[in-house]
Amino acid sequence: MATTAGPGTPGGRPRAQILRLTKMERVVVSMQDPDQGVRIRSQRLLITVIPHAVTGSDIVEWLAQKFCVSEEEALHLGDLLAQHGYIYPLRGPHSLGLRPDETPYRFQTPYFWTSTLWPAAELDYGTIYLTKKNIRNEGALVDHEKEHYDQLHKKINHMWDLVVMQAQEQLRAAKQRRKGDRLVTARQEHTYWLVNRPPPGAPNVLEQGPERSSYTASRVQMSSDFYKQEIEFSRKALGRTRVKSSICLEGYLKFSNQHSPHDHIMSGCLPSNPWITDDDTYWVMNAPMVAVPTKLRVERWGFSFRELLDDPVGRAHFMDFLQKEFSVENLSFWEACEELRFGGQAQVPDLVDAVYQQFLAPSAACWVNIDSRTMERTLEGLPQSHCYVLDDAQLHIYMLMKKDSYPRFLKSDMYKGLLAEAVIPLETKRRVFSFMRKPRHSSPSPALLPTSGEPPATSSAAGGKGED
Amino acid sequence: MATDGLHESETLAALRSEAEGLKGKLEEERAKLHDVELHQVAERVEALGQFVMKTRRTLKGHGNKVLCMDWCRDKRRIVSSSQDGKVIVWDSFTTNKEHAVTMPCTWVMACAYAPSGCAIACGGLDNKCSVYPLTFDKNENMAAKKRSVAMHTNYLSACSFTNSDMQILTASGDGTCALWDVESGQLLQSFHGHGADVLCLDLAPSETGNTFVSGGCDKKAMVWDMRSGQCVQAFETHESDINSVRYYPSGDAFASGSDDATCRLYDLRADREVAIYSKESIIFGASSVDFSLSGRLLFAGYNDYTINVWDVLKGARASILFGHENRVSTLRVSPDGTAFCSGSWDHTLRVWA
Repeated sequence: MATTAGPGTPGGRPRAQILRLTKMERVVVSMQDPDQGVRIRSQRLLITVIPHAVTGSDIVEWLAQKFCVSEEEALHLGDLLAQHGYIYPLRGPHSLGLRPDETPYRFQTPYFWTSTLWPAAELDYGTIYLTKKNIRNEGALVDHEKEHYDQLHKKINHMWDLVVMQAQEQLRAAKQRRKGDRLVTARQEHTYWLVNRPPPGAPNVLEQGPERSSYTASRVQMSSDFYKQEIEFSRKALGRTRVKSSICLEGYLKFSNQHSPHDHIMSGCLPSNPWITDDDTYWVMNAPMVAVPTKLRVERWGFSFRELLDDPVGRAHFMDFLQKEFSVENLSFWEACEELRFGGQAQVPDLVDAVYQQFLAPSAACWVNIDSRTMERTLEGLPQSHCYVLDDAQLHIYMLMKKDSYPRFLKSDMYKGLLAEAVIPLETKRRVFSFMRKPRHSSPSPALLPTSGEPPATSSAAGGKGED
Repeated sequence: MATDGLHESETLAALRSEAEGLKGKLEEERAKLHDVELHQVAERVEALGQFVMKTRRTLKGHGNKVLCMDWCRDKRRIVSSSQDGKVIVWDSFTTNKEHAVTMPCTWVMACAYAPSGCAIACGGLDNKCSVYPLTFDKNENMAAKKRSVAMHTNYLSACSFTNSDMQILTASGDGTCALWDVESGQLLQSFHGHGADVLCLDLAPSETGNTFVSGGCDKKAMVWDMRSGQCVQAFETHESDINSVRYYPSGDAFASGSDDATCRLYDLRADREVAIYSKESIIFGASSVDFSLSGRLLFAGYNDYTINVWDVLKGARASILFGHENRVSTLRVSPDGTAFCSGSWDHTLRVWA
């Protein structure tokens, strides 16, 4: 079972973490570059002077310039660096985070960098660190630290004398250093522990999701079978046809251009975007089985055959059109094939049988015109009774409709009429005063409606022309 | 015998160099047809206008990290799952919670809404994918009707219904993907080939509707034929785990988001990577990506709590969205493209428009 991984994960830090810590460290190193880095000042704290300090606002400005981003983004990035313990404040409340003002900060010593692989051991934390704190200032431990301290005291009671001795030793050595150094070291250490043992309620930036396997330690052995598979795959891939980049990329331009008026995030939404105005008229007017579809919707049917079929209203009209052309059995057959392909296993034998009877048998009522070779192959495959047996036949009929009936539909009077009758909703602006805004209507859940094969219709499809 | 061992390792070394040689040749072939870069072609395209996106809804109710979400086809309902095992169905327009169920496992990393809107699927550290029919009957306990469909040998990382409520596609930490029959729980097809955990998948919106793409910890994105179980195309250009894959709306390409802090676009007909979306200031991995309806915009949620909006054609970043207070773990555009929803480790979901 994967564990809720914490800083003490055996085997070192997870890949993703190492990646971002390394990148953060690169940034922090360049921030300390003597020529190109952040402006260094000496910071006076009461009677001590701390060298190599930087202000929060200077950090933000430097980041904004270096990465060509806004101050907001620079502050966000700087804050993340601080949250990971790479920058710490020299005075004021000691919490992780960056204040974009004159607050003095310093860069964390690499010894305490988060990427340094000390699994922050309980021993070091509970004992040496907390004990020192306790010795220095009786009562300086805050609640969660106190709890930890007591717990650990219980756990390693037998070693307690050793621990106290080590703590006292470190404090004695520290006393011999200058006040400025002591202050800095204390802050460095505290920062390290804030990152690795965040107080309850504080965000834990080292939190991870469930463990992921590493590629090198994967289940796939680098065996001869593995390489044989790779070789076979590469050989097949070498034989495939590729299309020139220029042609493929042109395709994106064309698609994007064509669909851009329909991209509501980019081009707005008529009458209004329900999420912005709290008015759900847009959804009512575009309900799956609405009586009068909008202009944009009808236009979309002309983009591709798939778009036409995917829209229940479009498909219904196409069905009518095919009826007039006496080829409606093609669409019915295609629909039956879709039902088979995506349906439940249990239904497969009966469905295959029904499709055969209705569409493929010589005496079938709705016989579909498939070329003899595909028909032969299909009939041979039917006894296999799996959900893909009709794939070939389905594709053949799909292409038939796509290349023949579909273009005719687009040129037909029927389609032109639909375009002409289609609605263009009038824009409704967002009501500024909240008491004027419409209440957000709820809608019946699809789970309440009786299940049918069709996509569920939502509530009354009122299709007035441009009416609100 | 010692000599056998030597012979075997020689053969292994020979195979490895042959495999690598062929890979190199493949790259050469792919490069031959690469006659222009996307951003060059996109010079003719109009620049994106200023557009403002804001949080329009905040869904609060999960007591823990939100890990996954999916939209209902009705364009307003969503299902979301979290670390503490809670799975919630919301009408995100009104922000009302409509259903809630607690899974018997933690870290529910995958959830999906059924096409009919009448059921949801979810799974995570229980190594399974379970389907819950949605009921409004006060007397019925949702958990009672639960149906276990998929069984993997490691965590479930992603799941998706195909075109109906009756088939589910799953991806797992056991390195495989699988297609299941919901009613019987029968395994219809399994997909082997990833060298490590599979983290994500997406079904192709193609006319023949028979392929899907998956991404994994082996840094590979693989395209599969659902019918044969074979991998038909593979791409290996990312430098770390691929957390998310999503098809371009036309089906001719797909985007990926990775721990290497980049998103990339792969074209299926050109058979190569055609764009990288990255910025020096973006240091944290991308966890989740999705396209706007026209495919012009790529929304990507990152582990640095932000959402970056990329201009797919020009390759530049169009916007950055702040708001979440912890990692963005999941992001999907709504079915009609009017908004997108993001879920985060800060326990909330946000709908942006």
